[in-house]
Amino acid sequence: MSVSSIFIFILKILGTLLIAVLGVIIGLFYKGIDRKLAALLQSRVGPPIRQPFLDFFKLMIKENIVPKNAVPWIFNGAPVLALVSTITILFYLPFGPIPALFANSGDLILIVYLLAMPAVALVTGGFSSGSSYASIGAQREMVLLMSYELPLVTTVIVLGWRLNLAFPGLKVFSLASFSTNPIWGIVGPLGFLGAILLLFTLVIVTPAELSVVPFDTPEAETELAGGVLVEYSGRNLALFELTNAVKMVVMGTLTIVLFFPYNISPLLSLSGFPAYIMDILFFFVKLFVVLFFEVTFIRVALARLKIDQASSAYLIFLSVIGLIGLLFMAVDYLI
Amino acid sequence: MKLDNYFDRSLWVFHLNTGSCNGCDIEIVALLTPRYDVERFGIKLVGTPRHADVLLVTGPVNRKMLPRLKLIYEQTPDPKAVIVVGACGTSGGVFYDSYNVVGPVDKHIPVDVYVPGCPVRPEAIINGVLQAWLKLERLRGSGADIEKKIAEVNA
Repeated sequence: MSVSSIFIFILKILGTLLIAVLGVIIGLFYKGIDRKLAALLQSRVGPPIRQPFLDFFKLMIKENIVPKNAVPWIFNGAPVLALVSTITILFYLPFGPIPALFANSGDLILIVYLLAMPAVALVTGGFSSGSSYASIGAQREMVLLMSYELPLVTTVIVLGWRLNLAFPGLKVFSLASFSTNPIWGIVGPLGFLGAILLLFTLVIVTPAELSVVPFDTPEAETELAGGVLVEYSGRNLALFELTNAVKMVVMGTLTIVLFFPYNISPLLSLSGFPAYIMDILFFFVKLFVVLFFEVTFIRVALARLKIDQASSAYLIFLSVIGLIGLLFMAVDYLI
Repeated sequence: MKLDNYFDRSLWVFHLNTGSCNGCDIEIVALLTPRYDVERFGIKLVGTPRHADVLLVTGPVNRKMLPRLKLIYEQTPDPKAVIVVGACGTSGGVFYDSYNVVGPVDKHIPVDVYVPGCPVRPEAIINGVLQAWLKLERLRGSGADIEKKIAEVNA
């Protein structure tokens, strides 16, 4: 290995650390905004924006109980696995003008797989905690995982397929090609409609990925006492909170990359360093707006669904909407 | 382990009913409404004692609930505080000397704060949680070993 490649290697390691820390901070920050906005929508005052940070630090100093019935290494390993796999997704996502750290090695298919990992970790953690509430929660989480995967994959595949038809030479499913060729520009009016349906699908899948109301059935606090997380306390619970926060950033960024990869600098006719800064700021504005509609608005507007309702909402209604989107895209290409 | 300033701004509360008439429980739920909105202090109702920092106990303890009360107290991770809400929990209330009531809550688990009233006012519960903060501040003290101090308080 030459000196320069070692240097690049060290830079990449520093980059991963930086992205991991930033992802966690931005996620917790948006969680604070989310709680504040939800409170304002319910005409309450709401907690301060830094409340998730306080919650996190408090959980870190709490006692970490491992139940007697639990399998300790799975019980303690699940939160770490969830957090690590979620942070790994951040390395493959471009953030506005900043290209992804591992832009050449991973694609959208890998991200879809990695997105399932936290849920799988949650399920194993729930089953290993030896509580009946947690196993019911874990079963529900599994059902939900299998239900929302189909619409999510439909969206991803259709977008990749359409992109491949428009630019045959392009690396399909590479996030860079998605963000340089927005879907809205390459389809006709019918395809535009199809893309709106696919966007709707992705927006509705997000609450289940993050397990917030109305799809927080696995963690239902009122009937399952916390569901999969019922036995988790202290540090392990804090890690799951972090996972959720980072996953929020991941889902928001994914929506932006697939559907709104526009920069603001051409509009303001900026160039060079100011354009870069403006694009990054604009990216965060987009992220927070997208997350407001994907998480906060849906969470406040709706009540929790039962598990059969949630499952059929995904497997039947949302899958059909996704397939109609596919149909529109196909017809749009053929005529 | 050292208690720091984050603690008292993020109290997660578990509500335990040990045979209460539901009067105090309704008042606890009223805390979450837009009128009182305890979430602005970082207080959140959680569904399981494992997530809790504060146990909000209502009701005189009846025989069936006694083992559960002790179990839930032990399930709550340290450091923790116990607040008894309502006249029944503090003294037995109208159920004092009843054959199926095994006494006020503090006969069985250590209690830090008493909130009297039948039923209590939501403002009084907020004040009670504030008193629990004061207890946690005392525990924090000069940053000495918290486990020792908790053992001291529990003794």
